[in-house]
Amino acid sequence: VLFAPLTFVLPPPANAKQHASAFQFFFGKLQHIGQFSLETFANQLSLAKVEHHGSAGAVRTSRLLVAALLLNRRLCSFPIVIIEGVLIFVIVSNIVVAEIVVADDEMSQLILLLLVFWSGLHSLISLLLLLLTARSSGSKRLSANMGKSKEAEEKRINKELANIRSKFKGDKALDGYQKKKYVCKLLFIFLLGNDIDFGHMEAVNLLNSNKYTEKQIGYLFISVLISENNELMRLVQQNLKNDLASRNPVHVNLALECIANIGSKEMAEMFAPEIPKLLVMGDAGDTVKQSAALCLLKLFRTAPEMVPMGDWTSRVIHLLNDQHMGVVTAAVSLIEALVKRNPDDFKGCVSLSISRLARIVTSSYTDLQDYTYYFVPAPWLSVKLLRLLQNYPPPEDTTVRNRLAECLETILNKAVEPPKSKKVQHSNAKNAVLFEAISLIIHMDSDPSLLVRACSQLGQFLSNRETNLRYLALESMCLLATSEFSHDAVKRHQETVVTALKSERDVSVRQRAVDLLYAMCDRSNAEEIVGEMLTYLETADYSIRGELVLKIAILAEKYASDYTWYVDTILNLIRLAGDFVSEEVWYRAYAAKTVFEALEAPACHENMVKVGGYILGEFGNLIAGDARSSPSTQFQLLHGKFHLCSPPTRALLLSAYIKLVNLFPEIREDIIAVLESDANLRNSNVEIQQRASEYLSLARNSTQDVLATVLEEMPPFPERESSILAQLRKKKPAVEDAIRVRGEKQQQRPASGAADGAAASAPIAATPASGGGGGVKLQGDIAGAESNTDSDLLGLDFGGSAPAAAAGGGGAGGGSVDLLSSILDVGVSSSSSSSAAPSAASGASAQRKTVVVGAGASGSIVGEENWHKFVCKNSGVLYENDILQVGVKCDYQQSSGRIVVYYGNKTPAPLAQFASVINLPDSSLTNQLGIQVKPVGDRVGASEQVNESSEMDSATFFQHWKQLSQPEQECQKIFQAKFPMDAETTKTKILGFGFSLLSNIDSNPANFVGAGIVQTKSGNIGSLFRLEPNQQAQMYRLTVHSIKPGVSKRLCELLETQI
Amino acid sequence: MMHFMLLFSRQGKLRLQKWYMAHSEKMKKKITRDLVTMILARKPKMCAFIEWKDLKIVYKRYASLYFCCAIEQSDNELLCLEIIHRYVELLDQYFGSVCELDIIFNFEKAYFMLDEFMLGGEVQETSKKNVLKAIAAQDLLQEECEEPKSLLEELGIVSTGVA
Repeated sequence: VLFAPLTFVLPPPANAKQHASAFQFFFGKLQHIGQFSLETFANQLSLAKVEHHGSAGAVRTSRLLVAALLLNRRLCSFPIVIIEGVLIFVIVSNIVVAEIVVADDEMSQLILLLLVFWSGLHSLISLLLLLLTARSSGSKRLSANMGKSKEAEEKRINKELANIRSKFKGDKALDGYQKKKYVCKLLFIFLLGNDIDFGHMEAVNLLNSNKYTEKQIGYLFISVLISENNELMRLVQQNLKNDLASRNPVHVNLALECIANIGSKEMAEMFAPEIPKLLVMGDAGDTVKQSAALCLLKLFRTAPEMVPMGDWTSRVIHLLNDQHMGVVTAAVSLIEALVKRNPDDFKGCVSLSISRLARIVTSSYTDLQDYTYYFVPAPWLSVKLLRLLQNYPPPEDTTVRNRLAECLETILNKAVEPPKSKKVQHSNAKNAVLFEAISLIIHMDSDPSLLVRACSQLGQFLSNRETNLRYLALESMCLLATSEFSHDAVKRHQETVVTALKSERDVSVRQRAVDLLYAMCDRSNAEEIVGEMLTYLETADYSIRGELVLKIAILAEKYASDYTWYVDTILNLIRLAGDFVSEEVWYRAYAAKTVFEALEAPACHENMVKVGGYILGEFGNLIAGDARSSPSTQFQLLHGKFHLCSPPTRALLLSAYIKLVNLFPEIREDIIAVLESDANLRNSNVEIQQRASEYLSLARNSTQDVLATVLEEMPPFPERESSILAQLRKKKPAVEDAIRVRGEKQQQRPASGAADGAAASAPIAATPASGGGGGVKLQGDIAGAESNTDSDLLGLDFGGSAPAAAAGGGGAGGGSVDLLSSILDVGVSSSSSSSAAPSAASGASAQRKTVVVGAGASGSIVGEENWHKFVCKNSGVLYENDILQVGVKCDYQQSSGRIVVYYGNKTPAPLAQFASVINLPDSSLTNQLGIQVKPVGDRVGASEQVNESSEMDSATFFQHWKQLSQPEQECQKIFQAKFPMDAETTKTKILGFGFSLLSNIDSNPANFVGAGIVQTKSGNIGSLFRLEPNQQAQMYRLTVHSIKPGVSKRLCELLETQI
Repeated sequence: MMHFMLLFSRQGKLRLQKWYMAHSEKMKKKITRDLVTMILARKPKMCAFIEWKDLKIVYKRYASLYFCCAIEQSDNELLCLEIIHRYVELLDQYFGSVCELDIIFNFEKAYFMLDEFMLGGEVQETSKKNVLKAIAAQDLLQEECEEPKSLLEELGIVSTGVA
């Protein structure tokens, strides 16, 4: 037995009489116990433990302990014997060997007598000798006297410290042996939990010694006690340097171990360049290589930049082939760290470690001699190699890959072989390798058969006797569940995992079971798993409830296929997690708060009142703490709607009121008043009348207890609930479940066409729907009420209505992109309207590039702002919410343009049944987005116009400028700057707009002057502009000259919005 | 890699501590206190692994002593149990049926042995024979450089004049 000496075994008593008299003798001494019985004794013992404070208590405890020892001899064998402040070590075999350190002399004598009594005189001498030993020899004496009490211990230690201090300071020079002794004593005192503030210098001095043990103690003291920023570190490092250079390998090793133990940045700087030499130098001994590898690893972890890469790095991987298994074991750890930082440089290690691994797993346990651990060949090395391989993808070379697969198969095969030993060490070591192999299999995630085998192996562990194995199996399976190859295989163990959840005694194992259930959950088993989790929640350990609640909520949301199921689950969750006060309460509080807020709205739908009545009645207490939603406010709020409601709602509200009586006794009188009013008590509606009278007597006559029982929190109430829920369902977002478009779907909507008259551009105006995305929460319902678009509420529906043509003329074409995702009912309708050309006659409108000239858009402001961005930019985000991002990219060639609309799915789940529709109100042209280029009718068609920038010199510019200076061709505006007046930004904007910027034309360099051509199908329209900023007034004056009068005006308007 | 190893008694007294990551003394004491309380509260037959901060605690009890290691997420728990076991075997073989007192009074040997077995938080030499050989070599050096003392002197019964 390990630590056997601590087990208390008394010799068998010579005879029953002797036994009895032993007790008599003993209890004579313990008179205060009085009449002896086992029970009283046990009670006394526990009492004594409780009372064990002062020294009187200690004495009493020790007496009782001795008594307990005696008793236990009869009851069982009992490993005892250390009690704080009172140390008793009794080791009795056929000769008595005892080490007794007790608080008071009386007790020592007592125990001594007892022992003598039992074992006979012949062993007395050895006993005495040992007692003396305990009392007088070195550190043992120290500890011997330490037994007395905390104070005595402190006193003794202080005395010893004072002694050592005086020795260190004394005139007499200490020799190495003495120094070592005192440094060692200091360490001992430190390890007992005391602070040591001297002796460091002496320890450093020891490093200079030639004697190995003195050096060794010195290094130990430094490793344990000197912090890395101690000023003595310089001296230490000098010594380390000397020892590293020593020809004696044991000294080199000491230095390496010390560096590895401290591993400070300074040390890395100083020694990192030296150590690689020891590692790859041919003549260094194996032990030096081992220490050097791990020492370098430590420095590399501390300060990777200090470790120079170089020649040695290419040689270090060949240590994997070293004959000495210890060297390989140490080197693999170093290589793994290097690989993590720079995998490409060490690729060669993959095949080397696979062949090394192959040699190990195929060897019999006798081959590796001392590196076999309980019949498992080199488990540490195997695990390290398997972990190293997890830093790389599966090897590309097929021979290497097959070899690895063979290794992994061999490991899996060994797992099912009958064990070679019954010892837990054998199974632990074997399974350690197995688990690491499974980790590698999961990491590679490429071989379905291995994954499935791994899974079935883990499945067996799920019902293993060893708690540790069950724990690890559950943990590894979590990873397996994430692989598509083994997800189904994992699901087969669902039942076992559920059993584990119910029956495991250790909460951390249950926690793993919860994790695994969570990981293996998908649509097919969600209801079952969530059901089990809910059942478990009722009895779950408090420490994991919070997480459990969250997991249930997430699964319910993620995999809900049926809305009622979802709501029932959440309500159950609320009910079960009820008293569990933590952040989870927000579910209930949130519902209460949300309906409260909804009810505050001046007008609200009757159904909202119903929901509100129900929820406030159930959970109103949760928000009562807030002054804004005090009990009476809640009541007033509900009652404020009362007279507007239909009889069934009123009846429901009455129920809510009586519940409020239970929750808030302080508003009882108000509610009684309502109940007994004629309007209710004598209502023509029988239901209301009956409720009013029943609730009235309940409120008047019942005690709080009765109320609390009768009006207890509701269990789910499916029948009545369903009608409300049905309403809710329509409006709620179905869960992300429905969303089935993996990744990003990009659609193009090229629009081209000729517009012969009006040039229309297709503006894309997006208006976020008023009722934004609902959530799972009740607010969906509220939002629904307000949403006036016909697309279903939930989604994003950003429909912009087509802007009407502003400038008046021309046929407006409208294009609207409508994307509907059926389940989500996401209606995105972005309408584009064509703008009418300012002058219909000319047929060419001066539309700017993309889009939009659209005129008085009725779309929401948000939409306007969004599309205005595209006046100066060719691409950007048009609309974005939690689910979807819509981006636009345009490019223009001559008079035709292409607008690409990108839809980005921001959810982790795919979007299902995604469609996008181009809605063209005027021509009722609908264009399926999935379909490439469908010509758009010419009226709508968008001849998007592009301004092409033109270059010209000053003379030409002014010549043109003057040519175009007819009043109708010129348009001038003076306006306030909308953005900070920064020249660079303005420049970018103008260039983005499509104008060229001409420098050196205007006499004032602050002014911007430029030219551009608006191209339309019907012809090109040259335009010139001049922009004069006025920094002081933060104003601009913008003048645009253009061939077509309308164009100048429109350009002017557009530019105005941008700068 | 291993972050630290602690040995403590059933009474919560720390008997050996080995830190492979730098911490302040205050931090070390706090960690020790937390872990000792946590582990002593656990029942036998419970799982020997605990999630603790971002580390994994692996512990095992041998008679009156608890061995407790903190390893990283990627480390192998089962093998860590065997690291503990191998260390106990080393101690046992060296001291010959080791007990808590051996570790208390010969702490330096316990440290030297641990350094031979593990370095910088990684296993260095798994062969029991090799580790014990290294320690035996150290002891030999010790004997060479220290004059032998009489048994009674060692026991402290005959005073050498040095307190």
